[in-house]
Amino acid sequence: MGTMRPQITPEKTDPVFPEIAQIPELFRTCIQCGVCSGSCPMGEVMDFTPRKAAKMIADGRAEEVVSSNTPWLCVACHTCQVRCPSQLLIPDGLFPALRSAVMAEGKPMEQDLQKALQNTYLYGNPMGQSPRKRAEWTKTAGVPVPIISQIKRPVDVLWIVECYPSFEPRNQEISRKLARILNALGVDFAILGHEERCIGDCEWLAGERGLYEMLIERNIEILSKYRFKEIIVTDPHAYRTLLNAYPILGGAYKVKHFAPFLAERLGQLKPLFKKKLNATVTYHDSCCLGRKTGHYDEPRTLLQAIPGVKLAEMIQSRESSLCCGGGATTIYLDRFIQERAKDRLADRRVQQAVATKAEVLAVACPYEPSRFEDAVKVTGNEEKLVVRDIIELLAESMGLE
Amino acid sequence: MKIAVLAKQVPDLVEGVEIDASGKAVDPTSIRYILSELDDHALEQALLLKERSQARVEVFSLETGEARETLFAALAKGADRVVMVQSGQESPPDNHTTAKLFASVLQGSAFELIFTGVRALDDLDGSLGGLLAGYLGLPYVGLVRKVELAGDQGKAIVEKEYPGGYAAELEVELPAVLGIQAAEQPPRYVPVSRLRQVMKTGNVEEQAASLPSAPPLEIERLYKPEEGKGATMLSGSPEEVARQIANILSERRLLR
Repeated sequence: MGTMRPQITPEKTDPVFPEIAQIPELFRTCIQCGVCSGSCPMGEVMDFTPRKAAKMIADGRAEEVVSSNTPWLCVACHTCQVRCPSQLLIPDGLFPALRSAVMAEGKPMEQDLQKALQNTYLYGNPMGQSPRKRAEWTKTAGVPVPIISQIKRPVDVLWIVECYPSFEPRNQEISRKLARILNALGVDFAILGHEERCIGDCEWLAGERGLYEMLIERNIEILSKYRFKEIIVTDPHAYRTLLNAYPILGGAYKVKHFAPFLAERLGQLKPLFKKKLNATVTYHDSCCLGRKTGHYDEPRTLLQAIPGVKLAEMIQSRESSLCCGGGATTIYLDRFIQERAKDRLADRRVQQAVATKAEVLAVACPYEPSRFEDAVKVTGNEEKLVVRDIIELLAESMGLE
Repeated sequence: MKIAVLAKQVPDLVEGVEIDASGKAVDPTSIRYILSELDDHALEQALLLKERSQARVEVFSLETGEARETLFAALAKGADRVVMVQSGQESPPDNHTTAKLFASVLQGSAFELIFTGVRALDDLDGSLGGLLAGYLGLPYVGLVRKVELAGDQGKAIVEKEYPGGYAAELEVELPAVLGIQAAEQPPRYVPVSRLRQVMKTGNVEEQAASLPSAPPLEIERLYKPEEGKGATMLSGSPEEVARQIANILSERRLLR
């Protein structure tokens, strides 16, 4: 089965950052068809939908759009951008321009978002943890997780763990399991440890170009100190940035998200499966691994290889997958969005998963375990559905828990 | 109307703080400095007054820690002038010394208002604002959360917090020193691109000041909070734990 890749090229996600004055020029080929607005999961609660916003800016009414609720409601699911017949940069261009305009005017921002950006500037992670503690999670991994600056030799694989998998307890557990899987596969890997900082993605989407560029410049400098054959990442957001933006800024690496990386090693993985899981699993295509980079098949290949797993598809899957509602820093805007929308995208998504009669909602993005587990509770589906990262399901079958 | 804001550097607790071998001081190699949180509020309150009443905002920092970056950030936020006070100190001095230093710098500079955070996490010898007001012979109001300028009458109306959720509105004759508890809105965000631009083009003025003699503060022992004993850990299902908590509260007559 061929993968239907959305037509995303590095040029299309060039870290050009159209300030609001450039939007009319950038959107000159907008035919006002409204596919973006009709596709947008947040469109119904936006004061001005993307189509309308683009037209208003072209008509000199940018100020109205900047002071509306529109700038902060885009979750950067990219449904509009991959469907746009004129291939316009909507979450990657229009919305960052609107958000940077809000920031430039010094308007008060949502405090959770401001804190996340400030923390990322100071500590390289949005939760404001000390960078020195980035590798703390490895202490209970049960397998060696070498830090590249300490082993002083080239490695095959540099694993960029990213912020949530390094610091958030729910995700740390998943990181430890991936370490065990890599160890079981005999992969020669290391992590950056205390030198790792946010790779950058949501900063750009949030309109914080300076912070985004600062992170990338610093990360390229750190990466240039070490020798490795390829990079793997736990976070699809980091994956898309390393894939599309880093090469343009001088950092070209061979980079893979863990799901395609492990799917390539299926032959090695299969004999290691010990336990039959006997579960119906539905897989949530995250926006960054799905629409933005076209990896629909590898996560499913991995899940289907696990003994006893039966795959069920949700009503919106693959290219039309529904976002968890946390992209483009909206993970820090839950309260703002909840006050405006009648339900949360994560709640809607969990209801779609329950409708498949699957017992497990499988994910491959570190935003999702906590977002969907919360949604499972909020929608009263604790008896019916559990949320598991693909890594957890693999580790369970491999007896690596 | 001229407002001075005093911006102090304090150890960043996120990065952790270690005590040195003497047991009397913080190990300077373990520290990274950041702007004291309430001084950030003091700056925000000054900038709000600038927007409302065309006040001129000038920010002063001692040359310690990341003071230069703090001052650039203040310029990026809208301060009119930023000054680095150089006294040859490597780490932030105690508050008596700091207050005397700032007093020598601000004396005769015709500021109607001087703002500082009402406290900082490394205060060992009182609040900077009160000490400074003493040295300058000016009135002082602490725990301020709102400031209005009363026209041309040389007065400010300030809202001061009291314990128990009370607040009072006070009229203060200017010039005065205010210890800010919270600005009327959270401190504003500076986009990094603007900060970087200001770092290239902005001007941090430098002003030398000789280190004054202040009452010496002798630290006998500095230590991290010691772990208390006697905590009871509750275990069981959430319902059981909830029942146990309810029982304990009721035994101690904390339930009505």
